[in-house]
Amino acid sequence: MTATVARGLSVKSGRPGWLVRLTVVLIVAVWTIPSLGLLTNSFRSSVDSSSTGWWTSLFNPLATEWTLDNYNRVLTSGGLFDALINSLIVTIPSTVIPITLAAFAAFGFAWLKFRGRSLMFGVLVGLIVVPLQLALVPMLKIYQSTELTGSFLGIWLAHTGFGLPLAVFLLYNYISQLPKDIFESAYIDGASPYTAFTKLVLPLSIPALASFAILQFLWVWNDFLVALVFLGTSSDVAVLTIELASIVGSRGEAFHLLTAAAFVSMVIPMIVFLSLQRYFVRGLLAGSVKG
Amino acid sequence: MAQAVEAMRPPPAVLRFLRALLVAAAVFAALWMGLRVLRDPNVFSALGPTLSKLGQALVAMILGVGGIWALFYAANVMIEALPGRATEFLRPYVFVVPAVAVVSLYLIYPTVGTVVESFTDVPEGSDALTNYRQAFTNGDVLQAIRNNLVWLLIAPAVSVAIGLAFAALVDRVRRESVAKSFVFMPLAVSFVGAAVIWRFMYAWKPPGQPQIGVLNAIWVGAGGVLVDLGLLSEVEPVAWLQAIPWNTLALIAIMVWLQVGLAMVILSAAIKGVPPELIEAARIDGASELQTFFRITVPSIRGSILTVFTTIAIAVLKIFDIIFVTTGGNFDTSVVAVRMYQEMFRFRNFGQATTMAVILLIAVLPIMALNIRNLRRQGIGA
Repeated sequence: MTATVARGLSVKSGRPGWLVRLTVVLIVAVWTIPSLGLLTNSFRSSVDSSSTGWWTSLFNPLATEWTLDNYNRVLTSGGLFDALINSLIVTIPSTVIPITLAAFAAFGFAWLKFRGRSLMFGVLVGLIVVPLQLALVPMLKIYQSTELTGSFLGIWLAHTGFGLPLAVFLLYNYISQLPKDIFESAYIDGASPYTAFTKLVLPLSIPALASFAILQFLWVWNDFLVALVFLGTSSDVAVLTIELASIVGSRGEAFHLLTAAAFVSMVIPMIVFLSLQRYFVRGLLAGSVKG
Repeated sequence: MAQAVEAMRPPPAVLRFLRALLVAAAVFAALWMGLRVLRDPNVFSALGPTLSKLGQALVAMILGVGGIWALFYAANVMIEALPGRATEFLRPYVFVVPAVAVVSLYLIYPTVGTVVESFTDVPEGSDALTNYRQAFTNGDVLQAIRNNLVWLLIAPAVSVAIGLAFAALVDRVRRESVAKSFVFMPLAVSFVGAAVIWRFMYAWKPPGQPQIGVLNAIWVGAGGVLVDLGLLSEVEPVAWLQAIPWNTLALIAIMVWLQVGLAMVILSAAIKGVPPELIEAARIDGASELQTFFRITVPSIRGSILTVFTTIAIAVLKIFDIIFVTTGGNFDTSVVAVRMYQEMFRFRNFGQATTMAVILLIAVLPIMALNIRNLRRQGIGA
């Protein structure tokens, strides 16, 4: 009987058949080859890149002339360095601002009593379903008639608005489950709700805050549409995705440069992603409702 | 002595209020000035281009990250300075109103505005449905809607199928987590980055030259073998992104590559949650591994499968970046969101653009309803 279970689906002992192993290896290969090609080609010369496949260099690593030239070129003569900094300028506040607003709101909805509470909460969370395309035309008109268009403040607020419903929903689920006693003893000690929030709730909510922070960071860093519409393509403000797309437009066949530029745009989200994978998965499981 | 005692007393309400106003005014003034500085890219130009850019970044971080906290702090100081009952009444609103206000401006107002505009932004003397009539008789729009349907039919189903198969199989091999992270990693890649990666995979060189794209290298290589065997007369490299109608499938493959990781993670967690007794019982009753999988495992994780499916379906309906960056919507690959962008920026036709947005909303809503009902049933939703 144990032997039967051992061959069953969720028990690891016992050797998997060759077919299982082959399928796993095949899927892993198909999923890895595109990124491997990108990485390899970004270190090859322009001549190699346009005349032979990137795999020939992997098969003959010693005969290949590896180079950092492509990175040097995209970062110095291209606008990619500025775009990298712009991406940071856009992404970090666009992550911190919605989390802050959402944490305050989630605490208010969960633990303070006031008129209109359930109505406001219901509407706010219900907006998760609205695709952001619905916001584009009216907001673009407002942006163009004020100074917000093409400004960092403008895009921070836009990402905040679009990210808030999910943020409030996720943080509310967490903060409303905190034990009631901790607030009561804090209030007896004379703390105001503001103090209780900053000194107690925030430190206790770090797992939930981290989950949402990673989701939002990756969304904003990888966003193209919101940046294209509200921030634009001028080199003062263009973020990495915009810059990368513009290299595709202007030098679409220069794959030695394109691959290096694409890799530059992927480094930071990769680091965030790999180092904080645990929180990311938790956020994914909870965040699959976003519209 | 008397003065010292006087100083120990809490200041009178008026003074407290003035002090609070001062704090708030200082916060606003600092933010305002900071934003002026940020607006001008040349403030730090004396430092040279690199340092100037970094200086700008520093200002931005302080403003964006510190500013939001300063605002809440100032609001709290103001509220605390009010007479007791007003403080109690207003305090909750300090917590929730900022979020509600931002969302009202960025989602409620424009959503209503978009729906209204799609009916009212019509040429003089036309009726309210003009935009919709125009949209549904325009061949390009119909093509875009058709493409969205093709995406919707293929991308979620294929992603879920591969993700589920991989989750079930990888559960049984050694080094499971290593294998999983390879499939998982594309989740951190932007759609624009993925578009570049796959343009390289699909790269095309004229016949006779060595192919630099993986797909054409395999295609020409395998075809060459067939030609040598006399089974095929000749083989030509394919421009995958321009070959109508297969190019849409080539684009969908990019999305599948990105989304299988999501499906795999969620379904893998679900599979591990299936009670082993259930599987054991089925095995004792003589069910084969495949039977156990399809009759026991899959039904037990139905909820998770539906969640993944609907999540990818919604992403697919709104798909924009992949197509915009690879084909720009040419070669019959356009979809509703790309069409909307073109109406906005190329044709400056906001009436049509808002109509596209409403079409998207109507398409998303039923899937969203399904998703929420499903989450409620699993006890996750609000």
